[in-house]
Amino acid sequence: MESFFARFKNPLALIAIVLLQVIALAMQVQRPAKDADALSPSGAAESEEAAPDGHNVSLLRRWTVTAITPLETALQSSSARVRGAWDDYVDLRHTRQQNAALKDEVARLREEEASFAADAAQGRRLQKLLAFREQYALTNVAAEVIGTSGSDRSHVLYLNKGSDDGLKPDQPVITPDGVVGKIRDVFPHTSQLLLINDPSSGAGVVLATTRIRCILRGTETGQVQINDLTPDSRIKVGEPVITSGGDLVFPRGLPVGTVQSIALDPLHQPYTAITVKPAVDLNRLEEVLVITATSSTLPAAAAQDAAAAEATAQANQRAADLVAEKLPSLQPAVTPANGAGTAPVAGASGAKAAAGSPTATAPPPDDPESQVGGLPGIPNSGLPRSKPALHPDRFSPGAAPPAADMTPGAVAQSQNPVPSHNPAQDQNPPAQTGAGQQPDQQPDQQP
Amino acid sequence: MAERSYTSREELDQYGFHPGVTVMAPMVCILLQAMLPRTLPWLLHLDLPLIATIFFAVSRRSPIAGAVTGTLIGLFQDGLTNHPFGVDGIAKGIIGYVAASLGFAVDIDNVINRVALVFTLSLFQSGLLYLIAHWLLGQASYRLLPVQELISAAANSVVAIPVFYVLDRFRIRD
Repeated sequence: MESFFARFKNPLALIAIVLLQVIALAMQVQRPAKDADALSPSGAAESEEAAPDGHNVSLLRRWTVTAITPLETALQSSSARVRGAWDDYVDLRHTRQQNAALKDEVARLREEEASFAADAAQGRRLQKLLAFREQYALTNVAAEVIGTSGSDRSHVLYLNKGSDDGLKPDQPVITPDGVVGKIRDVFPHTSQLLLINDPSSGAGVVLATTRIRCILRGTETGQVQINDLTPDSRIKVGEPVITSGGDLVFPRGLPVGTVQSIALDPLHQPYTAITVKPAVDLNRLEEVLVITATSSTLPAAAAQDAAAAEATAQANQRAADLVAEKLPSLQPAVTPANGAGTAPVAGASGAKAAAGSPTATAPPPDDPESQVGGLPGIPNSGLPRSKPALHPDRFSPGAAPPAADMTPGAVAQSQNPVPSHNPAQDQNPPAQTGAGQQPDQQPDQQP
Repeated sequence: MAERSYTSREELDQYGFHPGVTVMAPMVCILLQAMLPRTLPWLLHLDLPLIATIFFAVSRRSPIAGAVTGTLIGLFQDGLTNHPFGVDGIAKGIIGYVAASLGFAVDIDNVINRVALVFTLSLFQSGLLYLIAHWLLGQASYRLLPVQELISAAANSVVAIPVFYVLDRFRIRD
């Protein structure tokens, strides 16, 4: 017996080492499966590897990470200093042009921001009507990528922020460009970021154009795919993909990427493999934002901006309404269904007037006939000719017949005919000038 | 009749290493493996810890030492991934054992032998990882990507030449 062990010492040692690890593997694989539902709200969409480890395994992983990440952090910060010194003091080509371009862009973005805030306010009102609740990013923590897993089969990054900075497992990680992944494991000063292209990763998404909900997964090759949809001709290459919020990890509406290719999935017939090009370059991440809290209401600063933008928009609308009330002749004209001409209207009554009056055929504003003065050959260079009144009275020009035609003692007409402003319009019978237009039809806006 | 060995006396020489080198060399390999792909993503296809495992195994020519070294390096690598502990530990433990066993049979100071050894063991490790994922972890979606594995093996073989050359400087003849 002794000779047996002496003879097969090496293979026996190897078998023992492998067997121990197999047992350890079996224990680890079972442990997250038990706790997956409790720990991960998106458990159904993710495999066991996406769930945090059991206590003992987490301890082992913490030791490993604690041994390696201080070195990574030190190297990262020293390289950042060198790079910063180079960028700040040496490599300053084109800085002035970039600065001017950025200033222009900031001004443009500020204008856009006010417009978007008004649109967002309208969207929230509509969502309230539809009883939707949207999650907004309330607070976030900026973190720096300090390392990778070092394996092409494990798409994991390490961040320089941990539980001491308020990070917790399952918190979403984004950049201004879109979704990056979620926090998988958290240590005091470091955290493990699971990228969306890891095979164990999953996210609830919606195709922005077709509004089809589906699950996004990573693949072994580091791609991002949707493979739970059957072929659908409505899905096109280039369609944006955004988060649906259904996984309770990522807030709704964050950009994920665009559809890159659509093909039948050879392994899972009859489903398709829709490859998504991530909005973020996952291989070149340096800084990320970890969303540490979400809310169904906007953050205070954003809410103030939105309220200010909404108030400005309402004030502009009120001013426009006042001008419209005081100057009814400048209200938008209507284009009749037959396209024969246009007429100034004021709501339903205006439509009726357009239907029954020859004044319905007013010329378009860029017509030279509708302008007074101006330079010959240059459109819109003169003043607009006054349009006929909507409610003419006896003082309106042309409303009363010439004195020569009047008969002393004759009964006054109850309805004054409204003369056409344009002599050419008199030739158009009412039937051709929007007679068929209904009062509830919306008038087309003149440009 | 006396038995004849296919290996020379020189080939059977065993080398040792300073404890600092034994610890620091694999650590540096793991650190570089974790940091370099941040700026050069294609370096993820390299496996510097595998090169260190093979080097220490063939230099010591002790299968048990090779298996233990490989296991420790592999477990450390597992700690940085989202895989369970043991995936790389088992694979690199077996690689260390096989490399040390092969160290008896071939002259590992020859560059061509080194390249061939690293290339073969890289492919062997890919096969082991595939078996572990399929059989032990039940990951049906895990696929072998032949072209990618061949590229990785070739890259490891090329990078192994300078790494072995540097680590040769720290060898101590037992």
